Amino acid sequence: MALFEASQLHKRFGDQVVLESVSLSFEEGQLAGIMGPNGAGKTTCFNVLTGRFKPDRGSVRFAGEDITGLSPRRIARKGLSRSFQIMNLFDDETAVDNVLLALPQLRGQGFTMWRDLGRDAAARDAAHEVLGRVGLARKADVVAGSLSYGERRALEIGVALAAKPRLLFLDEPTAGLGAEGTARLAELIAQLKRQLTIVIIEHDMRFLFSLADRISVIHWGQVIAEGTPGELRENPWVQRSNLGTLA
Amino acid sequence: MVFTVALLASTPLWLSHVGLYQYLALEIMIWMLFALGHNLLLGYGGLPSFGHGAYFGIGAYAFGLMQLRAGAGLLLGMLCAVLAAALFGALVAAFISHRRGIYYALLTIAFGQVAWFVAGKWHAVTGGEDGLLNIKRPDLSLGVVEIGLHSNEAFFYFALVVFALALVGLWRLVHSPFGRVLRAIKQNEMRAEFVGHNVWLYKWVAFTMSAAIAGLAGSLFAMAQQSAYPNVMSLHNSGFVVMMVLIGGGLVSFWGPVIGALVFILARDLLGAYTETWLLWYGLVFIAVVLFQPDGVAGAWQAWQAWRRRHDTRDAPSTAALTKEA
Repeated sequence: MALFEASQLHKRFGDQVVLESVSLSFEEGQLAGIMGPNGAGKTTCFNVLTGRFKPDRGSVRFAGEDITGLSPRRIARKGLSRSFQIMNLFDDETAVDNVLLALPQLRGQGFTMWRDLGRDAAARDAAHEVLGRVGLARKADVVAGSLSYGERRALEIGVALAAKPRLLFLDEPTAGLGAEGTARLAELIAQLKRQLTIVIIEHDMRFLFSLADRISVIHWGQVIAEGTPGELRENPWVQRSNLGTLA
Repeated sequence: MVFTVALLASTPLWLSHVGLYQYLALEIMIWMLFALGHNLLLGYGGLPSFGHGAYFGIGAYAFGLMQLRAGAGLLLGMLCAVLAAALFGALVAAFISHRRGIYYALLTIAFGQVAWFVAGKWHAVTGGEDGLLNIKRPDLSLGVVEIGLHSNEAFFYFALVVFALALVGLWRLVHSPFGRVLRAIKQNEMRAEFVGHNVWLYKWVAFTMSAAIAGLAGSLFAMAQQSAYPNVMSLHNSGFVVMMVLIGGGLVSFWGPVIGALVFILARDLLGAYTETWLLWYGLVFIAVVLFQPDGVAGAWQAWQAWRRRHDTRDAPSTAALTKEA
């Protein structure tokens, strides 16, 4: 059985249908991609899958459990983590504190009011370890707001990883990155691959085709094609659209 | 921290020599406590409450009522004051904790005004506009010894101990996991929710605790003034505490509210001695601070420190270069 299964999702804003009968499933240990042109409903789809919006119809199952309509907090606690397309960091905190605040052990003791968090060596070590994984070990004490754009992208992923998720959603991780930054990010994601299940929304086709095991194409709020990168290259619709020429 | 408490503790020795009076130090300290509690919300949680006078007032009334109606002693009265303020705060927080920004602020004002109106009109309990009079400063009984708190000086020392305990508690609180997560929520509520923190509950707890501290300050105020009256719950008073926190620099420093309360009450007394319209001048200073130094006194201090550090490090190599040239 798949680790994550969404079936027959519908979502509308006012009289505009943004998702129609969207069914997606992601296997454990795989790296799945969701692609589609701008405005196709990718980000809405992500927001429904990760609990930010409730679907009007349909269900979302994670690790065999129905998580449809649960709050983002509950879903996060079940082991599902996400990064954001528009960066969402704790800007006044240092890089290491950004990660620290997202550690699962902190959720349990968040209402501890007497102990000094700054002296919690175990938690700091765990946070430094995560920073190392995303290549920010040397930027640990820099305030998030002063990091470069590429470093903030990496920290976004670090914060999402800090929660020790089973499933990691990345929303357009290459947005705004130059060629060099994208290459470095691809390297980072290639390292994370197989350590956990990853789902990436992306419109940079080259990036996605080089990394993903399976890709779903969303257009007009519907899944119009699905398969391995090889299969999709042969898909007539993908070939006809400008997506094909890029891949 | 030691410096603040020591400075306050030494006031009986020198305050009267510089032309001020002991009661002033007491009042400043009570406002410091109130402002520190308020800053837990504003500075650490990013939650603007413009109705905090209500909890201060509830603390004062609760202390007065427990003493006048139930004959409660010092510590029991204060405990009831804290509980009453916390209870009302918890109730209000339950209605507003899913909000933020301007809606949050407006709701706090609305609830604050409700409390102020009730205090002014419910004659049977609150004494209406006159308030509760003849609130005593009961003796402090510690099992074997009884300490009278009637004089301003004795009561000042008692309040100082309460203040110091609250100061240490708040200091620990803001550096604890709770305080750190609260600060993270201020910076990015959505992200905090997505990494699994119960944002609503944090905001609720922060408001309740802040109200409890306001209640504690209010109970001290009732004893200091030996009365409780609706004016302390007014929008006016709620605004004062916000001005203290902002001018002092509560947004960037734990000590902001302490500095701010000191500046505010001193300005009131010193400027007030020269002109009836001191609040106008103070208001202009407030506007200037918000426009040009929004991080307040503490922010200015931090900026100066940072500037000095930069200056030192820049100075060193340049003098080295000069000597080389010579």
